[in-house]
Amino acid sequence: MSNNSLSFWEDSGSSRSGIMAWLTTTDHKRIGLMYMYIILAMFIAGLCLGLAIRLELIAPGRTIMDAQTYNTVFTLHGVIMIFIVVIPSIPAAIGNLVLPIQLGAEDVAFPRLNLFSWYLYVGGTLLALVSLFTGGGAPDTGWTFYVPFSEFTTTNVSVAVIAVFILGFSSILTGLNFITTIHRLRAPGMTWTKIPLFTWSLYATGWIQVLATPVLGITVLLIFAERVLGVGLFDPNKGGDPILYQHLFWIYSHPAVYIMILPAMGVVSDIIPVFARKPIFGYKAIAFSSLMIAFAGSLVWAHHMFTSGMSDTAVLIFSLLTFVVAIPSAIKVFNWTATLYKGSISVEPPLLYALGFIFLFSVGGLTGLILGSAGTDVHVHDTYFVVSHFHYVIFGGTGFGMFAAAHFWLPKYYGRMYNKKIAKIAFYILFVGFNLLYFPLFIIGLEGMPRRYYDYLPQYQEGHVISTVGSWILAVGIIIMLVNLWRGFTKGEKVGRNPWGAATLEWATPTPPPLLNFDEEPDASRKPYDFRGITPDE
Amino acid sequence: MSENHEHQHHILSIKTAGIILVLLLLLTGTTVAVSRIDLGFLNVAVALTLAVTKALLVILFFMHMKYENRFMQMIVFLCFLLLAIFIGMTFFDLAYRGG
Amino acid sequence: MSNTHKDYAGAKLGMWLFLFTEVLLFGGMFVLYAAYLHEYRADFHVGGKQLDVFIGTLNTVVLLFSSFAIAAAITFIQQGKKKLAVNFTYLTIACAGIFVINKTIEWRAKFHHGIWPDSPHLREMSHGENIFFGLYFLMTGLHAVHVVIGAILLSVMVWFMKKDVINQQDFVKLENAGLYWHIVDLIWIFLFPLFYLVL
Repeated sequence: MSNNSLSFWEDSGSSRSGIMAWLTTTDHKRIGLMYMYIILAMFIAGLCLGLAIRLELIAPGRTIMDAQTYNTVFTLHGVIMIFIVVIPSIPAAIGNLVLPIQLGAEDVAFPRLNLFSWYLYVGGTLLALVSLFTGGGAPDTGWTFYVPFSEFTTTNVSVAVIAVFILGFSSILTGLNFITTIHRLRAPGMTWTKIPLFTWSLYATGWIQVLATPVLGITVLLIFAERVLGVGLFDPNKGGDPILYQHLFWIYSHPAVYIMILPAMGVVSDIIPVFARKPIFGYKAIAFSSLMIAFAGSLVWAHHMFTSGMSDTAVLIFSLLTFVVAIPSAIKVFNWTATLYKGSISVEPPLLYALGFIFLFSVGGLTGLILGSAGTDVHVHDTYFVVSHFHYVIFGGTGFGMFAAAHFWLPKYYGRMYNKKIAKIAFYILFVGFNLLYFPLFIIGLEGMPRRYYDYLPQYQEGHVISTVGSWILAVGIIIMLVNLWRGFTKGEKVGRNPWGAATLEWATPTPPPLLNFDEEPDASRKPYDFRGITPDE
Repeated sequence: MSENHEHQHHILSIKTAGIILVLLLLLTGTTVAVSRIDLGFLNVAVALTLAVTKALLVILFFMHMKYENRFMQMIVFLCFLLLAIFIGMTFFDLAYRGG
Repeated sequence: MSNTHKDYAGAKLGMWLFLFTEVLLFGGMFVLYAAYLHEYRADFHVGGKQLDVFIGTLNTVVLLFSSFAIAAAITFIQQGKKKLAVNFTYLTIACAGIFVINKTIEWRAKFHHGIWPDSPHLREMSHGENIFFGLYFLMTGLHAVHVVIGAILLSVMVWFMKKDVINQQDFVKLENAGLYWHIVDLIWIFLFPLFYLVL
């Protein structure tokens, strides 16, 4: 560990000190950590809401809350988890920490704008919290804010949608910043085919953030306008068409699932080769498939609307296109597997979480195809099959991707290592709990259990009970994992520059990195997955 | 960072800008005039074609896109293409409803 | 590489990316417009006939001229003629003012005729007309908000020119503000025929 330079923890780059130095910082690493702390807090809040939902559903009828409370609880769980936790999780937190260093840059292209988007994020989050305790009570529409209900419910939807608008704006500015950074601030020698795949995935994500999020912006503004002015654009009594709302909403919200999953795929692409000690198989295919997913993913939105009453022609076309998106996702999975093949694999915690990602994402992805084919979708639409599918993708995918990223990169920024044995135990508990929680939901979904229902027929109880027990095991796994990370980063063993023996640039700087990231000019001409001559340095 | 060193800014001459303005005003006049004649469906097509032409003039000259590099031109095109796709694909639903 | 370096191409790229978000923000409303024009062709025709083509055309001319003015201002600053650059930016801001005044007159006339979102008179009209005027108020309203933001932005640019933050060597801020103003004009280029000349 180099002692001749101060790390970004000690050197704030300004004359301010303490908390003010953090709140006024333009350092991408500090901003990334500030995102992470809020995301973590909100993740725990969302998790508690999720556990409450599961507990309520352990038996038919009322268990711990009344029906209206239940509606607001699942709405909040969705809004918090989607807009405040998952969408910013990997891009804003890990992306800010890692992206500039991977490119050999000192910071992002617009550091002040970066801080501004953090403030927008905080403002949006606070406003979302305000919406819970003011007006006519917490929103009860589900995170999709479907009309006409969202226009007429007396709960505080107006404030909630403005919060979503602000959060979206924050996401746009982060995407804009990353795209510009990747174009303009690559170190000399860092050509497009030497950019690490995590950064490549953030590039594709950035484009979705910039091009799709504004449509969400206008959609939620329209809900606000409808509630205030009563124009009637989506109200059939005034000539409006509610299905058009669904089109607008999903034009953003389908690409948004790629905002969530692409960065996680990038994390996995960066982790697998390090622990297989082999260059990634099919670098260009993985990089290109990210762009393919970003583009093709913008053309499939109406597959969320097969039973909405839209035309059969549209159902047919959007169903076909949905199958097209599966191709680039499969390309990635095959490439990861091929990278592992005949590799010299060392099973460290980051690899375990990455493998967990591959398994869970594959289950989620393949069940997505069942939902994407028009015939079967009619049967399982709006059942627990859907709930299970998107939790496998979003939690099993993005969530495990985030955990993998945390175990892989955070020791670099805190300068200390967590207990690897406990991290592995936590993983196994998490993995078992996760499958116990969500797999039964596939089955009761196929049997016809509808989503978002407060009460259910006794025949579904068995599945719900297993699922609720699974949720407790999952919660235990998460607590062990978080406590282990926390203890590691405060009291763990100090680590050197390159604890995993990785070849990308962030491992060539001191641990923790200095304010401007590098103590010497980085060699950016090296290939990102060329491990020759690189050994782990504990 | 090969893009870094091509710092030659193209300066749009006042004369060119003036010509573009005159063209834009002429096109506006044409749109208004044509809208007075009933051409049925063609009215919408003509109005939109003229609007797109005006938009192109603004983007290419006033917004300097004619003098930017290929990448910039490509992403601007992509942005408008995407909007066209959003509108167009919504019509897979709207145009085939009922029946 | 220093932390405070100026990256001309980066600033331009960032601005264009932001403009894309503006295009797609309005894009969502254009999706709605297209859908409802398809559904209520005849009613949109009736609605369009009630709008004031004269004020619409006048505002189009005003905005086109303002677009020229800001483009000229950028040319002047690049040529080192700061005085002219400042004056042409003022001209652009003045055009923004005229536009907003015209818009206010137009909206007031509509209110006077009992037409505003969800007004009793509008409810008695056909569904198609209700949607037409709903879109009219929301789209031109959102556009007017952008005109005001653009005018404020350009006022800041005038201040920057006077403080010599913007000068012959470093003018990307004015260029970017100009790009924003052109997008405002660009959106109006489509709003004008779609509302005032619908057929």
